[in-house]
Amino acid sequence: MRLRVLTAVALLATVTPVCVRAQVSSARTDNAILIEDATLLTVTHGNIEHGSILIRDGKIAAVGADLKAPEGATVIDAKGQYVMPGIIDCHSHIAVDGSVNEGSVSVSSMANIADVLNPDDMSIYDDLAGGVTTANILHGSANAIGGQTVVIKLRWGKQASDLPFQGALPGIKFALGENPKRSNFTPPPGVAPRYPATRLGVEETIREAFIQAREYKKQWADYNEKKGTGEQNLLPPRRDEKLEPLVEVLDGKRYIHSHCYRADEILMLIRVANEFGFKIRTFQHVLEGYKVADEIAASGAGGSTFSDWWAYKMEAFDAIPYNAALMTERGVVVSINSDDAEEARHLNQEAAKSIKYGGLSANDALKLITLNPAIQLGIDSRVGSIDVGKDADLAIFNRDPLSVYAVVQKTLIDGQVYFDRQRDIDGRPALEKEKQDLLAKEKKASEEKKASKKTEAKPEKKPDQKKKRAPTNQDSAAGSAGVAP
Amino acid sequence: MENRFKFLHLSVLCTGLCVAMLIRSSYAARGAGGEPRYFAVVNARVVTGTGTVIDRGTVVVAKGLIQAVGANITVPPEAWVIDGKGLTVYPGLIDAGTDLGLPKEEGAESSATGRGRRRAAPSGEIAKGPEDRPGTSPWRVAADELKTDDKRIESWRNAGFTTALTIPDGGIFPGQATVIDLAGDRSGDYVVKAIATLPISLKPTGGFWGFPDSLMGSIAYVRQVFDDSNWFAQADSVYQANVTKFERLPYDRTERAIARGLRDSEIVLLPANNAVQILRGLKLADEWKINAVLFGGQQGYEVAGAIAAKKIPVLVSLKWPEREKDADPGAEQTLRELKFRDRAPASPAALAKAGVKFAFYSGGLSGPKDIFKNAKKAIDAGLTADLAVRAFTVDAAAILGVDDRMGSIAPGKIANLTVTDGDLFNEKTKVKHVFVDGRWFEIHEEAPAEEPGDGKKDDGPGPLAKRKASSAEVAR
Repeated sequence: MRLRVLTAVALLATVTPVCVRAQVSSARTDNAILIEDATLLTVTHGNIEHGSILIRDGKIAAVGADLKAPEGATVIDAKGQYVMPGIIDCHSHIAVDGSVNEGSVSVSSMANIADVLNPDDMSIYDDLAGGVTTANILHGSANAIGGQTVVIKLRWGKQASDLPFQGALPGIKFALGENPKRSNFTPPPGVAPRYPATRLGVEETIREAFIQAREYKKQWADYNEKKGTGEQNLLPPRRDEKLEPLVEVLDGKRYIHSHCYRADEILMLIRVANEFGFKIRTFQHVLEGYKVADEIAASGAGGSTFSDWWAYKMEAFDAIPYNAALMTERGVVVSINSDDAEEARHLNQEAAKSIKYGGLSANDALKLITLNPAIQLGIDSRVGSIDVGKDADLAIFNRDPLSVYAVVQKTLIDGQVYFDRQRDIDGRPALEKEKQDLLAKEKKASEEKKASKKTEAKPEKKPDQKKKRAPTNQDSAAGSAGVAP
Repeated sequence: MENRFKFLHLSVLCTGLCVAMLIRSSYAARGAGGEPRYFAVVNARVVTGTGTVIDRGTVVVAKGLIQAVGANITVPPEAWVIDGKGLTVYPGLIDAGTDLGLPKEEGAESSATGRGRRRAAPSGEIAKGPEDRPGTSPWRVAADELKTDDKRIESWRNAGFTTALTIPDGGIFPGQATVIDLAGDRSGDYVVKAIATLPISLKPTGGFWGFPDSLMGSIAYVRQVFDDSNWFAQADSVYQANVTKFERLPYDRTERAIARGLRDSEIVLLPANNAVQILRGLKLADEWKINAVLFGGQQGYEVAGAIAAKKIPVLVSLKWPEREKDADPGAEQTLRELKFRDRAPASPAALAKAGVKFAFYSGGLSGPKDIFKNAKKAIDAGLTADLAVRAFTVDAAAILGVDDRMGSIAPGKIANLTVTDGDLFNEKTKVKHVFVDGRWFEIHEEAPAEEPGDGKKDDGPGPLAKRKASSAEVAR
């Protein structure tokens, strides 16, 4: 079905300073695709040399060493190349219109990233070019309880409504530590500083919000119960957009992704969760996670961390690059995330660092950016490995993706090629020409406009009518600064 | 002199009498209206706005309404006759989105715009959540705040505009927009429909320190306000029937104003200029169950089909995107930006092709001259001139919910007419006469702007008298 052929604009800043565009075919084909003769990094059942993947209706239909292309199938010759599951970025802020923070309040759960998805954000295409196929789009970390979050597939060229990963549970961002307590740190005169200003206050803010949510849930339950018995003249409770997502958390229908750094605040949130009976789905950043890995594992939460960022603020001083490996050893489901549009373009390298720091196996390193984030996001039955029945979300690299020399050749989502390096390169001259033509057209129009204005204009004042004045220091300063006289 | 209009009056006596009356009568002092308000434009090309064009037709106007239109109309004896030879009569033009009569308040910009806003405290109170109702005043009505001395009213009228939707500015729910006619003695005379549309802005008003501080925060806020208003409507009916059973409901004028609008299926204006915003607007309109009209619409060429499927009309801004005047000449421009600037004027044609009802609005253009120039760009990009006229007349009236009383030339419609000496979108065309509510304005080329509706000057002949005098000279 042809949905919308959106003219896709791609800016590959590293390759060329000009604008290029990738024409994405949005036609979904029922025809089979066979990716042939590649090294398959399945993640779940080892690597297959000279393997092939058969794709039908956007799903992986067969995986093996000797698959034959069915009649009419499109064949992608991947001889000598590596196919891995599409990379999943568990912490991203791309594809958002406007600010990612509703930072004015300490509980901004009424704000929803899903309302402001922007399918035109170039970062979607850039990240596709890094092999990313799925991203967890999070609200920022300005407040103890942040906004609602959404998992998307990077379907570049589609509409906002086509981005969300159907079937993935929605999430909500929490944040602990310096960001929520420090935001709005020095308000202008007359503006009261935002509460909280301490870690104690962050905990209290979360606890207070859940007390309200519990009460709100009860109000509605009582109302619906009375209504169910046929009672008339009931005053309905108000809907509260802030509390409803928290009720969903209590009901297990929404995942918490909590920004955190220090061990003490991690333990705090686990205690609060136990008190109110909700689950934390992932600890994000979790740079001191290695100190409390057993407690995190016991709580059932995952850890989504950086490879080797540390010491960029006080609460990140105890971070170590061994964090991912150490948490993995203690049974935490760990992912490496980007938190950044650029970093997302080389998550394969970020994952590879855990081989150096902590000695993870190559397969476990790959899991950090594929199966593990899929588990953390509750979508591992759909994506995260090369298995029959899963979505055909795949990244094809020219070398082993854990090598720094590996470059993505093609990225597929639902069996469609959304990024093709060769097609991108081939398309650049045409895009450059289109751009130059438009610039020339605009320049011509503006010159014509100027010319017509001149003819219309009243005779200008004669120069001698201009007020003369002696040159000043400022004039010469302006002159020396290259300002036209 | 041949191409000047003429009065072909029944008798010299009558003409003289009328001129004398006009100069002397109190009406002359009431402004540029046309007492006695009986006029007939004869022998003119009449574009009725309903699809028919009469090549040599007559339009009779009396007491503020159109009395008759057609090729064979008997001109009533009391009518003043304007020779329409070589002239075209259009329905009075409607600018479907302005702030005419609502001059900017001082300091109104500070909270919503301005690049340095994140460091500066917003003016006024800092909202700490939806309950503080940031930037919210839906109880305000533009009609109540009209400043008829806004010079732009006359400049718009002289350009052929008889009607405008005037939208209050400032905040997320700035207040009710009003359909006004562009003439009258007192502000109340201008008002056609006081509560015409409920405009919404999604610009964050918080300025970092207050709520909302993000687009998603603004959307969440509007959602909560609709929730609250729906709750109020439901709860109030229960409460009113059981006042002894419940604690009284708190008084919140926001909920009350919006609940009333929702009850009356009031038109809600949602901002949506690019394709992403348009699709988002369509989705929100569905979710909020509102009678939505999108405004902006300049990237409609990408999503016209989706708009048509929802049967939601669009007000298209004629302020086509341009490169910022002070933009860094060396700054990289994306192909997408360039294409948008190139293709925006093709939006109306694309909307028309898809079957979307749309109207034009000036969208902040500084003068009416650019309105036609920019509408012409839409025609050059494929819009038919007929649809362009409709977008300024009958379709605009339909979208604003006033097509039962204006927007076309038909008996019983408000006597708003724009009379030109040629095609509306021809650069050389001049507007010769404008009728607003049956008040006749003769437009003199390059005449200095004269005060409209100046009811205070009662010494000496007013501008009308001057005009009549010159008319009489021409007629002699």
